Amino acid sequence: MATPTSPPQPDAAPAVELRGITKRFPGVVANHDIDITVRRGSVHAIVGENGAGKSTLMKTLYGMHRPDEGTIAVDGTVLTLDGPGAAIAAGIGMVHQHFMLADNFTVLENVILGSEPTKGGGRIDFALARARILEISQRYGLGVDPDALVEDIGVGERQRVEILKVLFRGAKILILDEPTAVLVPQEVAELFDALRELTSEGLTVLFISHKLDEVLSVADEITVIRRGTTVATVDPRTTTARALAELMVGSELPVPELRESTVTDVAELVVDHVSLRSPDGRLLLDDISFTIHRGEIVGIAGVEGNGQAELVEAIMGMRAADGVVLLGSEDISAWPTRRRREAGIGYIPEDRHRHGLLLEAPLWENRILGHQTQAPNVKGPWVDRAGARADTERIVADYDVRTPGIDVLASALSGGNQQKLIVGREMSGEPKVLIAAHPTRGVDVGAQAAIWDHMRDARARGLAVLIISADLDEIIGMSDTIHVILRGRLVAEVDPRQVTPQQLGSAMTGAAGKDVA
Amino acid sequence: MKSRWSAERVGLAVAGPAMAIVVSLLITSLVLLATGEQPWSVFSTMIDYGTQPRSLSLILNQSTTYYFSALAVAVGFRMNLFNIGVDGQYRLAAMLAAAVGGAVTLPAPLHVTLMIVVAMIVGAMWAAIAAVLKVTRGVSEVISTIMLNAIATYVVAYLLTPSRLAVRTQGSNNIGTKPIGSSGHVPGIALIPDAGLKVYGLIVLAVVVGIAYSVLLGRTRFGFDLRATGSSEAAAVASGVSVKKMVIFAMLISGAVAGLVGMPQLLGSSYSYSLDFPAGLGFTGIAIALLGRNNALGIAFGALLWSFLETSSQILDLEGVSKEIVTIMQGTIVLSVVIAYELVRRYRLVAEQRRVGRELGTAIPAPLNGAAA
Amino acid sequence: MSTVVTAPPASAPAPARRKKASAPARVALWAGLGLVIFSAVRVVTGADDITSAGTIGAALGLAVPIGMAGLGGLWSERAGVVNIGLEGQLILGTWGAGWAGYQWGPWAGVLAAVVLGGLGGLLHAVATVSFGVDHIVSGVAINILGLGVTQFLSSVAFDGVKGGGPTQSPRVSPMTTLSVPGLGAPLKSLEGKHWFLVSDAAGVARGLLTNVSSLTAIAVLLIPLTYVILWRTTFGLRLRSCGEDPWAAQTLGVKVRTMKYSAVVISGALAGLGGAFLTIVAAGVYREGQTGGRGFIGLAAMIFGNWRPGGLALGAGLFGYTDALQLRRGGESVHALLLLVTVLLLALAVWHLTRGRTLPGISAALGAAVFGLVFAATDEVAGELTGMLPYVTTLLVLSLASQRLRMPAADGAIYRPGEGR
Repeated sequence: MATPTSPPQPDAAPAVELRGITKRFPGVVANHDIDITVRRGSVHAIVGENGAGKSTLMKTLYGMHRPDEGTIAVDGTVLTLDGPGAAIAAGIGMVHQHFMLADNFTVLENVILGSEPTKGGGRIDFALARARILEISQRYGLGVDPDALVEDIGVGERQRVEILKVLFRGAKILILDEPTAVLVPQEVAELFDALRELTSEGLTVLFISHKLDEVLSVADEITVIRRGTTVATVDPRTTTARALAELMVGSELPVPELRESTVTDVAELVVDHVSLRSPDGRLLLDDISFTIHRGEIVGIAGVEGNGQAELVEAIMGMRAADGVVLLGSEDISAWPTRRRREAGIGYIPEDRHRHGLLLEAPLWENRILGHQTQAPNVKGPWVDRAGARADTERIVADYDVRTPGIDVLASALSGGNQQKLIVGREMSGEPKVLIAAHPTRGVDVGAQAAIWDHMRDARARGLAVLIISADLDEIIGMSDTIHVILRGRLVAEVDPRQVTPQQLGSAMTGAAGKDVA
Repeated sequence: MKSRWSAERVGLAVAGPAMAIVVSLLITSLVLLATGEQPWSVFSTMIDYGTQPRSLSLILNQSTTYYFSALAVAVGFRMNLFNIGVDGQYRLAAMLAAAVGGAVTLPAPLHVTLMIVVAMIVGAMWAAIAAVLKVTRGVSEVISTIMLNAIATYVVAYLLTPSRLAVRTQGSNNIGTKPIGSSGHVPGIALIPDAGLKVYGLIVLAVVVGIAYSVLLGRTRFGFDLRATGSSEAAAVASGVSVKKMVIFAMLISGAVAGLVGMPQLLGSSYSYSLDFPAGLGFTGIAIALLGRNNALGIAFGALLWSFLETSSQILDLEGVSKEIVTIMQGTIVLSVVIAYELVRRYRLVAEQRRVGRELGTAIPAPLNGAAA
Repeated sequence: MSTVVTAPPASAPAPARRKKASAPARVALWAGLGLVIFSAVRVVTGADDITSAGTIGAALGLAVPIGMAGLGGLWSERAGVVNIGLEGQLILGTWGAGWAGYQWGPWAGVLAAVVLGGLGGLLHAVATVSFGVDHIVSGVAINILGLGVTQFLSSVAFDGVKGGGPTQSPRVSPMTTLSVPGLGAPLKSLEGKHWFLVSDAAGVARGLLTNVSSLTAIAVLLIPLTYVILWRTTFGLRLRSCGEDPWAAQTLGVKVRTMKYSAVVISGALAGLGGAFLTIVAAGVYREGQTGGRGFIGLAAMIFGNWRPGGLALGAGLFGYTDALQLRRGGESVHALLLLVTVLLLALAVWHLTRGRTLPGISAALGAAVFGLVFAATDEVAGELTGMLPYVTTLLVLSLASQRLRMPAADGAIYRPGEGR
C-alpha cells in the first residue's frame, strides 16, 4: 500500500522504517498497519486530520508507548523502544505539540534535564552546560538565553528552546508534532528555513501537520494517515492540496467562510477601556475597547499568550478587571460569572477538558454545567433531572453528538463529539452573545464543519459572537471584523475580506505597524 | 440506557470495600499468626461477642456518633475540601452546648433544640475560621484545621476550669460543665430486644441528617455546584460557580454537622461535658468517610463496621489477645479501600470508553487478523 | 493539592528577568535586626527568658523534629507528591526509636526510626505513585494506619517489659552531646549581666553552640545537604523536574516513578529521623501521642519556607522558638511577645501606609492597637492558653505568607506514565 515515490538510496538504510505498526486503546481508533519509510536527510511529512492517529504514531516512535504489533527500524536496525530514553539513545528527538517545558525552571535546566553534563559525584557542570547551549544556539541562530526562566519567555522562543533541547542530545532524527500551530506565517517560514538547514547537514525531519499548504511547501515526501492507518505516500511536486484532502478525509476540506453580512447596528456586547493587571502588577490587558453588534462575528487574532485568555476571562467575569462591559445597554462590569451567563452569554472555553466538561460525569450532568440556574435544568433550588435529560437528548440529536446514550461519561466521547455537546449546550436558551475560544481546536473535520455551520446559523439569527483562534484561516474566514491583540493591547483592526494570512501575521507580531488595515 | 441500580453498578460500588476488607483480613491474619494467635478463633470470638444484643446496642450508639462525624468530613471531601478539623469543632461545640444547657431550664423540646442549635453554630463558627483564612489568605485548610484542633484543645482547657464554666463532679477529681437538667435529656429507644441498653434517641436525627445530606448533594443546585467544584474546580469556575462562596458554605455546613458529633452522648448519657468526654472522634470520621466514599449509605455501613470492630474487640483482652489488633485492621482497611476505589474508578472509565467504542464502531475490530493487510 | 483559591497564572510576557539577591548578607542583616528588636523587648518587659540560652537551646531542640518533618515534606513535594502522611511517618519513627533504642542503644533506635519512617513513605508512594490515589486521602490514611500500627505494636512489644507499658517504651539511653570547647563559661557570665544586645547575643550563641546532641547536629547539617543534592546534582534536578512538570520530564527519559518513589521514601525516612529525635533526645522514651501534630507543623514550616531548605529552617526555628518560649515561664514570656507583635504590626502598618495602601495599613494598625491594649491591660497570659502559641503562630504566619509563595507547579498532581497533563 505505501509506495515510496523514489527508491531508497542503495548505499544507506532508511533513517526510519515503520512496518505494520498497530496500537490499540480502549474504544478508540489508534493505529493499525502503519507502514512508513523515511529517507535520511529528508523532510518527511505525515498528514491527517485531527484524531487520525498521527500523534499516537509519533509517541510510539518516541518510545512513549509500545506498539501492540509491528517493528521500528532506525538506520536499518530493528529497535525495541521501551521509553523516551531509548529513543533518545537511538538519536531520535521530539518537539511536542504542547511545549514540554517546566515554567519554573530556567532554559538551561530544561535543556539539560536527563542529559546533564557532570563533574564527578553527580554534580552538574553548569558552566559546561551553559557553554554548549550557547554554542548550539549560535550555530543554528536560535538566540536562546540559557538563564531566562521559561515562564518569562514568549511562544516563539519556547519553540526554539524545544528544538535546542533536541539538538543538545545530538539527535539525528527530529519529530516535530504540529510545530506551526502557534506560529504566525513569518515564523513558519523561519522554522522551515531552519528545517532545511538541518536536513542539509544530514539530519532527518518527521513533520506532522494537518495544514496542507505548509506540508506541500516544506516536505520532500508526504505520507497520509486516515482513520489510524497509512493510505498513501505521495510526492509533493506531483500532487495538490485538493488531492491530499481527498486522501485525508475522502472529500474536500470544509472552508471557513461567511456569506452575506448579517451585521446590524445594534450593539450587543461593548467592551470599553478594559484593563487587567497580574497579581505582581504587570498589565495583562491594556485599555481594550471594541463592540460586537447583533449578527456580527468579531475575531481576535494574536500570538498565543498575548492576553486572549485574560480577555475572555474578563468578559466572563472570571477575573476582576477595570473598565466597563455592556451587554445590550446593561452595565455588567460588576456581575459575577453566573449572572452574566444567566443574562445570555454563552461560553465555549479554550480547554474543553479543564474548563468545559466534568469528564467523569454523564452527559446529562454536563448539560447542566454552566446553566445550573436555568430551565430546563432546574426547578427552583432543585435539579430537574427529567428536564435536563430530555434537553440533553435534544442536543445529542440536533448537534449530531455520536454517543450510545446520555448516561455515558463525558470522558468516553471523542474530542469532536465533546465539543459538539459543548456548542449545543452553549447555544441553548437563545443566548445573545457567544464567546468562542478556539472552537474547533483538535476536532475532526466533520465536527469542524458542523461547528462552523452552527455559528453561521446563530449569526443569521442575530447572535453576537466573539471568536478567538490560532488558526488564521478560521479567523479570517469566520469573522466580520478582526482585532489584532499584541501584549494585551488591541493594535489593529482589520477587514477580513481584504487581509491575507501573511499580513495578519505581521500585525500579530507587531512587525507591520499600523499599515495593515 | 442503563438503570441507576444495574447489577454492574452495584457490583462496582461494592467491589472496592470488599477488596479492602479481604486485604485487611489477610494482613491482620498474618500479624496474628506472627504473634502466635489463631486468626480464625480471634475473628469468631469477635463475631460472637459483637453480635450479642448488648453489643449491638453499643454498636448502634457508637455508629450514631461516628455517622455525624463522617458526614461532616464528607461534605467537604465532596468538593476536595479537607476539613481535618471536625475534631476540634465538635469538642468546642459540645462543651459550649453543655454549658448553655446546664445554665438554663426550658421546656423539653426547646431545651434540647437550643443545645443542638448552639452546638451547630459553634461548630460552624470554628470551621469558618479555616474557611475565611483559605478564601482571603490562601491558607491550606488541611494545615489550618489541624492547628485549630490544637487551639480548640487549649480553649476547652481554659474554659473548663472551676473559675469559668466548670464545676467539680461529686466524689471524683473530674471536672465538667454543670449537669444538664432532665428537660434537656433525649430519651433512648429500646431498638434491640433484650439488650438492657437503649439506643441513643438522636439516632433518629442521624438518619434525618443522612437523608438531608443525600438530597442536598444529589438533588439540589447547591449540591451540583459542590460536586462540580470537587470534580473539576476549573470547570466549575467557568460554569459560574463562585469557589470562594462554596468553600465558605461547605465549611459552615461541615462545621455545623461536626457540632452534632458530641450530641448523642451529651444528651443521651453523660449530660455534662467533662474532662473525660471522648476525643478523637473527628479522625475516626475521616476514616469512615473515606471508607463510605462520601456516600450517605456507604458511610452508614462504614460507621457500623468501625463500631463493630471496636466493640467486638473489647472481648479480646479477656482472651489474652491485644485488642489493639483492631487498630491494624482499621488502618489497613482505610489504606486499601482508597487504593481499591481508585482501581475501580479507573476500571469504570476504561470500561466505559471500551463500551462506547464498541457501540459506535470506532474501535478497531479487535485483534486484527493477519490477512487484513 | 485540594481546592485552592489560586492566583491566576501569569501568561503574558514578563518585562524583566528575576534576580536572586545575595543571600548571606541579607540573612545576617535580618538576624541582626531581629536580635536588636528582641533585645529591646526584653529590656522593656524584663522577660529575660525570651533570649536566654535555655530558651534558645530548647528552641533548637523543638525545631529539630519540626524541621525534619518539614524537610521530609520538602523532598516529597519537590518531586510533586504532597505528603500529609508525615505525621504518621513521624509516629512510626518515634515507635521504632523506642523499640530498638531501649534494647540496642540510641543509634540503633535512630536506624530503626529511619527505616520505619521510610516504610511509611514507601506505602504512601505505592498508593499515590503506583495507584494514583489522591495524595491528601492517602496521607490521611497513612496517618490513621501509622497510629494504629504503633498502638498495636506497643501493646505487643512494651506491655509487661520493665519500665514499659501498653503506651510507653522503657527508657532509651541518652545520646552524647557536643559543645564548642571553651565557650560555655564566658558566654554564661556575659549572659548573666543582662546588658542590652550583648547578653542577648551571648544567650543565643550559648544556646546554639553548647550541649547540642549529635542528632541535632546531624539534623542541622541535613539542611544544606538537601540544598546541594536537590539544586546542584543530576539526581536533584531530575527529582525536582518531577514536581514541576513530570510530563516534560518523562519525554526526556527521566524515570519519573523512580524519582517519585525515591523522594517519598527519603521523605518518610527524614520524618522517621524527626521521630527518633523526639523519642531519644527530647523525651528519652517512646510515648503514645508524643508527636503532637509536629508532622503538620513541619509541613506548615515548609510552606512558610516557600519549599526551600533555608526558608524551612527559618520556619522550623520560629515554631521551635514559640514552643520553647511557652514552656519556659510561659505566661510572662508570651506576654512579652505581645509587645513584640505590637511593634511588628506597627512597622507593617507604617510600611503599608507609606506605600499608599490604606486598607492593609489600617488593618495592621488596628491589629497593633488590639495587641498593645491586651499587653497593657494584662500582666501575663493564662497558663491554659500559652500552650497554643505555636499553633496560633503557624496560622498567623501562614495567613501572612501564603499568597507570596510558589509551590512546585505539579505538586499534588496525579501522574500516569504515557498520559498527558
